[in-house]
Amino acid sequence: METDQLIRTLAADNTQRTRPVGFMLALALVAAAPVSILMFFMTLGIRPDVMIAMRNPFFDLKFAVTLALAIAAIVVSLHLSRPEALLRGWALLLLVPAGILAIGIGGEMMVPQRLPMMARLVGHNSRVCMLAITLFSLPLLAGALVGLRHGAPVRPAVTGAIAGLLSAGLAATLYASHCTDDSPLFVATWYGIATALVAAIGALAGSRVLRF
Amino acid sequence: MREREDEWTGLMRRAISGDSAAYHRLLKSVTPVLRAAARRGLARAGQPVDQSEDIVQDILLAVHLKRHTWKTDAPFTPWLLAIARNKLIDALRRRGRRSFVNIDDFAEMIPSEPVAETAPASEVAAQLQSLPARQREVLQSIAVDSASIRDTATRFSMSEGAVRVALHRGLARLTAKLREQ
Repeated sequence: METDQLIRTLAADNTQRTRPVGFMLALALVAAAPVSILMFFMTLGIRPDVMIAMRNPFFDLKFAVTLALAIAAIVVSLHLSRPEALLRGWALLLLVPAGILAIGIGGEMMVPQRLPMMARLVGHNSRVCMLAITLFSLPLLAGALVGLRHGAPVRPAVTGAIAGLLSAGLAATLYASHCTDDSPLFVATWYGIATALVAAIGALAGSRVLRF
Repeated sequence: MREREDEWTGLMRRAISGDSAAYHRLLKSVTPVLRAAARRGLARAGQPVDQSEDIVQDILLAVHLKRHTWKTDAPFTPWLLAIARNKLIDALRRRGRRSFVNIDDFAEMIPSEPVAETAPASEVAAQLQSLPARQREVLQSIAVDSASIRDTATRFSMSEGAVRVALHRGLARLTAKLREQ
């Protein structure tokens, strides 16, 4: 096919509109979320003492961290879905959840604790925590990648990793409502490991499916 | 230089708001620049430059299918060059050469110098054969036989809407095939 013929054909197709990437990402996440939510309620469910736990600021802090991570990652992933986008300052957004967590750790240090630091860090459910966050995030990661495929990311692995952070943030939000380990030290360690793992899976998957 | 960038941005805005003639003009106008850049990239990677046309078509398809990622308040050229660079790197990688594409290949944007000879593009045509029959027929009718959407609809007893859908799906599928090869 001659290039002129191709150009004419593309012009003839100009009337076909594609939705913005943000819309497609939202749609894909809304479709994927029930799967993760169902997985959560069928296996773990919300902790029974949730009404009391909500009065503990360190319980609430977990949601601030996980939601901040999810929101920052959504913003950055949408930014990266434009081909000319540079990461630069945008990556700093991802430091917001880390900052909240650091403040939480500092705050906990200043309040007298019943348990020693290592006991708080090790917690009760570290293995369940890592496994649950990783598993619950997989449907969301798949959804995020489907949505972001409508974009044009020139760094597919990085964009995939951000999609991993996004889905880990959402999955961790679910898990946090089950988890009885509220210490920010526990969150930083075990939620952190699970999040890094999901980001790695996202990078690997992204480098395959996000190329355009 | 500056003027051309403004012109491109203006044409793309009109294209996005539905002006197909402006879109046609824009694609015609960017093609020589893309061709020159593709030739420079190939030369730098030690590849025969006469293969540039396949890369040009690859870039044009990506520009078309990803144009919703361009923000209408942003200048068009950086977006275009980012797509082109990405496709060129991809093409060179597929040709078995790990290479870095110098940003200057695009930054200069000198229009194509008169070219001795360029091999006709063959990849799009080859992949066209692997499309489902309906999509292939519609694409061929519009691309090769220069038929309009309406004429194509009449010829295949389809609605114009169905022709548009087949055309768009055909282009998307063609692009996916080119990427996989």
